[in-house]
Amino acid sequence: MATEVRAPVRTVTYREALRDAHREALQRDPRVFLMGEDVGRYGGSYAVSKGLLEEFGPDRIRDTPLSESTFVGAGIGAALGGMRPIVEVMTVNFSLLALDQIVNNAATIRHMSGGQFSVPLVIRMATGAGKQLAAQHAHSFEGWYAHIPGLRIVAPATVEDARGMLWTALEDPDPVIIFEHQTLYNMEGPLAADAGAVDLDRAAVRRQGRDVSLVTYGGSLGKALQAADQLAAGDGIDAEVIDLRTLRPLDTATILASVRRTRRAVIVDEGWRSGGLSAEISARIMEGAFYDLDAPVARVCTAEVPIPYAKHLEDAALPQAATIVDAVRGVMGQHA
Amino acid sequence: MSTQPATAPATAAHRLELLRQMLRIRRFEEKCAELYSAGKIRGFLHLYIGEEAVAAGALQALTADDAVLATYREHGHALVRGMAADVLMAEMFGKAQGCCRGRGGSMHLFDGALRFYGGSAIVGGGLPLAVGLALADTLQHRARVTACFFGDGAVAEGEFHEAMNLASLWKLPVLFLCENNLYAMGTRIERAQAQTDLARKAAAYAMPGKTVDGMDVEAVEAAAVRAAAHVRNGGGPIFLEFRTYRYRAHSMFDAELYRDKREVEEWKTRDPIATFDARLRLEGVLTDETRAALDRAVEKEMDEAVRFADAGTLEPIEDLTKDVYTPR
Ligand SMILES: Cc1ncc(C[n+]2csc(CCOP(=O)(O)OP(=O)(O)O)c2C)c(N)n1
Ligand SMILES: [Mg+2]
Repeated sequence: MATEVRAPVRTVTYREALRDAHREALQRDPRVFLMGEDVGRYGGSYAVSKGLLEEFGPDRIRDTPLSESTFVGAGIGAALGGMRPIVEVMTVNFSLLALDQIVNNAATIRHMSGGQFSVPLVIRMATGAGKQLAAQHAHSFEGWYAHIPGLRIVAPATVEDARGMLWTALEDPDPVIIFEHQTLYNMEGPLAADAGAVDLDRAAVRRQGRDVSLVTYGGSLGKALQAADQLAAGDGIDAEVIDLRTLRPLDTATILASVRRTRRAVIVDEGWRSGGLSAEISARIMEGAFYDLDAPVARVCTAEVPIPYAKHLEDAALPQAATIVDAVRGVMGQHA
Repeated sequence: MSTQPATAPATAAHRLELLRQMLRIRRFEEKCAELYSAGKIRGFLHLYIGEEAVAAGALQALTADDAVLATYREHGHALVRGMAADVLMAEMFGKAQGCCRGRGGSMHLFDGALRFYGGSAIVGGGLPLAVGLALADTLQHRARVTACFFGDGAVAEGEFHEAMNLASLWKLPVLFLCENNLYAMGTRIERAQAQTDLARKAAAYAMPGKTVDGMDVEAVEAAAVRAAAHVRNGGGPIFLEFRTYRYRAHSMFDAELYRDKREVEEWKTRDPIATFDARLRLEGVLTDETRAALDRAVEKEMDEAVRFADAGTLEPIEDLTKDVYTPR
């Protein structure tokens, strides 16, 4: 067997990985352009697009007025007109002003037109809590979006996915929404110099384990991995950690294969529990692996409150490694 | 659909064509109303009768490369743009031979070949799309126009203001075509707008705005042709307000409690078809025989459309989830 030649690995932040992905996309495809509030001069509210205006010019890095509905709708129109727009919405809470365009136009046009038009649009937005931004900048609505047929929903949780998901999303003929958890932008991770596009189809097993499956995504992946380390060290529990990566369509096969082996599942979702993504995943496990389960599926979700500002309250509202550890002990029959 | 925008002076043939287009819309929709009562067409049905001059006139300004967006009251726009009446009627019947395989129905007509992008039933929802289509043309250096029709009701929506602003800010080739029929369902314009002179709104976006008699097909055409030339030549977007009136109920479920029948009758004295017919006769362009021949041809076209739709087949249920996503 030939020896594998590996490209050198460097350490980059999630933000830099996203920026590299934009740069590559803008270089590779003249149809690609970025638009949104403060993506140009300001450099992006999370500094993802810093420097791109200077590099690619104002035709391709377009600052928009504050008008979420219209610049998202314009992204849909531009996609219909042959472009490959990337639309950045500052924060998931603001995307609610564009919900009409996303749900009533982007998601419907292909089916409603009898298959005549596709909408190859990529929308990116920050999601999630953890930075004390309070109740209008920190919610996790990706589960809502994952409810909508016609959309593809992805949540890069690693530097590699931050680097690789954008190009794949741009090649997708249908609308893709990329949710970037706001606590991840400064996260550092290894990235091969030749890192490129990644698939958007499969969940990834980020840690293999025998005893319990932790199913999570986005900003909660790090917490789940931390909990798994603690469980291994302190309780001798070997947890498997699944990063969903794509929230619609869900990779049910990977979830079920894991649960059938471990016979236990804990879902970690920063969304609220009621009517949320965790409920959907739990239902799929029940439908597909009920007789393989040794314990009811458990969920660690955000407390059902608007995200509060004060640090101790925000921490208490969110899933944490400690609450994940407790939930795992619960399904293992080791109640504290 | 003409492939070249009309230039003055209009020939007799072109003027007769304007009349024919208005007659097609009216006859098509009269059929629809009958077929609704007969249970062949269901769901929401919004008739354009009374407003025909706007679609028939304004669409003359476009070439085949231009794009059109319209509302849920868009049978007329689709017909004038070039959608065959039979394909349109099949869509009304929910048949697989319809323009959208029966998935859209009356409110969601689409046709890729005609660059007809709906058929939108979210009031104001089409305007941002128009801005984006025009942006795509600008970025790809294509001298095309995107014509976007919407009602007076849409002018109250935030998307109207956002889209007008963005189109003007970026000097995009959008033709904003407001069909002011005085009512948004049962809400008369005075009860919805602090400023009822809608054309004046354009000034807030540094955009030219003009009020046009929407009951006069030639006035509509002339205004649209001028505006389209300006837009096409890089002059930036233009807002045209067409003053018009809908004779029929808002939809088939409307008891019309909000207006006086006399108002409807008064507007009917300005009927776009009758007044244009009279003008053409006065100017020696139209005779009884020509008019009768036109009527017969239109009647035949619509009868055939109904037969085609009736004979159409239903999309197989196995295809229900087809095209939620693009096959890959
Ligand atoms: C966003 C939205 N709000 C409400 C409605 C319900 N609705 C349908 S048509 C209509 C009136 C719109 O009036 P106008 O824009 O003047 O168009 P017209 O029906 O007169 O052609 C309303 C309120 C809707 N379809 N979309
Ligand atoms: Mg109206």
